[in-house]
Amino acid sequence: MILARVLGNVVATQKNERYDGARVMLCQPITPAGEETGATLLALDSVDAGAGDVVLIVQEGWGASTAATGVAGAAIDSAIVGVVDRIDLLPDEVAR
Amino acid sequence: MQLARVIGTVVATVKNDSLEGRKLLVVQSLNARLHPQGTPLVALDAIGAGIGELVFWCRGKEASFPFKREDTPTDCTTIAIVDSEAHVHHEQDVRDEGRRQ
Repeated sequence: MILARVLGNVVATQKNERYDGARVMLCQPITPAGEETGATLLALDSVDAGAGDVVLIVQEGWGASTAATGVAGAAIDSAIVGVVDRIDLLPDEVAR
Repeated sequence: MQLARVIGTVVATVKNDSLEGRKLLVVQSLNARLHPQGTPLVALDAIGAGIGELVFWCRGKEASFPFKREDTPTDCTTIAIVDSEAHVHHEQDVRDEGRRQ
């Protein structure tokens, strides 16, 4: 799983039928220290995440499609599966 | 699968139902010399690993196999705790050891 900050969401009217009712969130991966890292990505929401939230994203198709739609096997490769409350790090990792 | 150090934990109250009661660990992957490589990831714990420990983790769909695999959304799971740093044997060290003897 990766950590990411939710930047917003994307609306698409014409889409694969398995995306019906799903919220597609625009996310920026971050390090545990909160710095941006890597390319922004889209992930389906399964936990009512909103802009500004730090979230956990699963990037494995089977688990992501099950979490986001309740049924496995869809053209979905990323899903938000948790909203992060707190990250506790070793002291030297915080300093790095 | 990759070697990693558990460098932290994540608390998430709102999460997928099948992650209820599971431990979330921040893991920093390591190279053969046990130096950090890449960005830290969040792993689901399947072995009882704790902060500071040397572990290895498994990625992909197979990461859900230690749990109820049809339901559990994970792409990164800690599956073993390495006994100690000395238990990571590098061929170069083994060669050097031979030279010393």
